[in-house]
Amino acid sequence: MAVAQNSDGQGKGGLGRVFVVALPYLWLVLFFVAPFFIIFKISLSDTAIALPPYTPVFEGFGAIQDFVSQLDIENYIFLTDDPLYVKAYLSSLRIAAISTMLLLLIGYPIALAMARASASIRPTLVMMVILPFWTSFLIRVYAWIGILKPDGLLTLLLQAVGLMGPEDQVQIFRTDTAVFIGIVYSYLPFMVLPLYAALEKMDNTLLEAANDLGCPPLKAFWRITFPLSLPGVIAGSMICFIPITGEFVIPDLLGGADTLMIGKTLWTEFFGNRDWPLASAVAVILLILLVIPIMIFQNQQKKVA
Amino acid sequence: MRSRLLSLAAFVASAVIAGSAVAQEKQVHVYNWSDYIDESILADFTKETGIKVVYDVFDSNDILETKLLAGGSGYDVVVPTGPFLARQIQAGVFQKLDKSKLPNLSNMWPQVTERLAKYDPGNQYAVNYMWGTTGIGYNVDKVKKALGDTPIDSWDVLFKPENAKKLKSCGINILDASDETFAIAMNYVGKNPDSKETKDLEAGGKVYSAIRPYAKTFNSSAYIDDLANGDVCITIGWSGDVLQAKNRAAEAKNGVNIEFVIPKEGTYMWFDNLAIPADAKNVDEAHAFINYLMKPEVIAKASNYVQYANGNLASQKFIDKEIMENPSVYPSEEVTKKLFTISPYGPKEQRVLNRVWTQLKTGS
Repeated sequence: MAVAQNSDGQGKGGLGRVFVVALPYLWLVLFFVAPFFIIFKISLSDTAIALPPYTPVFEGFGAIQDFVSQLDIENYIFLTDDPLYVKAYLSSLRIAAISTMLLLLIGYPIALAMARASASIRPTLVMMVILPFWTSFLIRVYAWIGILKPDGLLTLLLQAVGLMGPEDQVQIFRTDTAVFIGIVYSYLPFMVLPLYAALEKMDNTLLEAANDLGCPPLKAFWRITFPLSLPGVIAGSMICFIPITGEFVIPDLLGGADTLMIGKTLWTEFFGNRDWPLASAVAVILLILLVIPIMIFQNQQKKVA
Repeated sequence: MRSRLLSLAAFVASAVIAGSAVAQEKQVHVYNWSDYIDESILADFTKETGIKVVYDVFDSNDILETKLLAGGSGYDVVVPTGPFLARQIQAGVFQKLDKSKLPNLSNMWPQVTERLAKYDPGNQYAVNYMWGTTGIGYNVDKVKKALGDTPIDSWDVLFKPENAKKLKSCGINILDASDETFAIAMNYVGKNPDSKETKDLEAGGKVYSAIRPYAKTFNSSAYIDDLANGDVCITIGWSGDVLQAKNRAAEAKNGVNIEFVIPKEGTYMWFDNLAIPADAKNVDEAHAFINYLMKPEVIAKASNYVQYANGNLASQKFIDKEIMENPSVYPSEEVTKKLFTISPYGPKEQRVLNRVWTQLKTGS
């Protein structure tokens, strides 16, 4: 029976199946591989005062040999020569790692509480996590400026409850602390939802069994709940860590002049120095750095499947 | 289901018809700095000429330049500042103006047009819109509290570390426009402000690294509000921006009293100019728009609103007295002599400049 079905499927739906499988690959080629090669190509060229501002420009296949001979890797050599870029990459990875830890610490209890809540209110809770997305991301980050700035809402609140003198002001805005607050706030749903998905489908009879066998709740958490939620932990961490590393908007709006992140460095290269080739090289290296966590993520997904 | 489909089809059809109607209407796409025109001028232009203005704004030359260099920006009139204009002309971004379509050119101020020729040799590509200076904007009461009776008329107020140290607690902002800030610092230490030598740039950089520990922010747009709210008490800033901050504070009645000063050592003089991209689609309309802006009473209206000086001599009798007589907007002959302009940076020099600047900002 199974065999018959199989051959049947191949006979009739062969083309359809190829199409269905090809579709995501086509998507990937069109929106990832092709743009990546354009960026990569620009990263091998030189800046010029021209339109577009780099040379050589790819013009037709006839000149292909000529074109290739003009490419060089000097932009990549420059990146390793100047400590600024290494510092910016490291600083971005550090900020992303700390933020992801904070997100996990805050997101896990929220997800756990949601998963343990009675089934009737769970959809409402999930809705509440998603609700902030109905407001523009940019407006929500701007709202934090209003809260954190020296004469902002936080200062007013602390002064009102008497924790702060009338002359004192909160000095958080335009520091790394403000960047962490902004990132944790913005990315929290991306951490909570995968964790919730993992925790919700957990079999609670396992915990009952542990209880029956005399295992204290905390130990049961570490030996049963946490290991079973590990796919959610990894998914949530990757979904947060990867975009945070390249984050530009939050450090630009909330961070100080000394907040060094690769997104801001890239912006300066592109807009300030008008050096598209070097900016492209910075972007290519960022991508390579992030491929490693993405591969860990993929691996984990395969194991789960 | 069918009725739904029908209404969808009707909607699509009407959208297509509307779209083609728009395409036939005369229009001009203008890309100008934010807060840089009295919007009623745009309505008046449409009323007079029947040309619809699609108006869009930016807040840094870098963004404008990136759009222009990428090509196909879709704009018909843009407003780059001097050194950017010069480089963009070199890159072939603009088309030459057809002066036969610009009879109002006769209203322009030769003194400004001549200086603009440094960026646009022969004045072939651009017409001045507004010009101004980069000076010191400060909160009168807070600075007085910090520095006592020190007169605020020199870059010393900001560039001497002992002064900057005293001003730290009330907030210092440095304008995030490296080409201008370096020119000012090089002029301050007695170098040629237009120098592109690495050692001169480094000497200029030292001025800022000495006061870096006391600087609170480096920005070029948020400082208007910061100054008006009292979050920042002294800034390197553009004349019109500081005057806007002064007005905002006066409107808010928050007791913040702001002044702008052109320091006696001299400072950078900048020009924002109207130009037409080479790939503009509505070239005739663009010329009409530029010509309209050169009408004395029109550009005077713009100056009255944005509080910047313009490059139109004939307009001066229509400009509010308080603006015409304000020496920080229309400086005296003597001060004007000390104002300097700079030529554009080449790619390698730009890299050195921005590298030093990033290092300064991040403190690394």
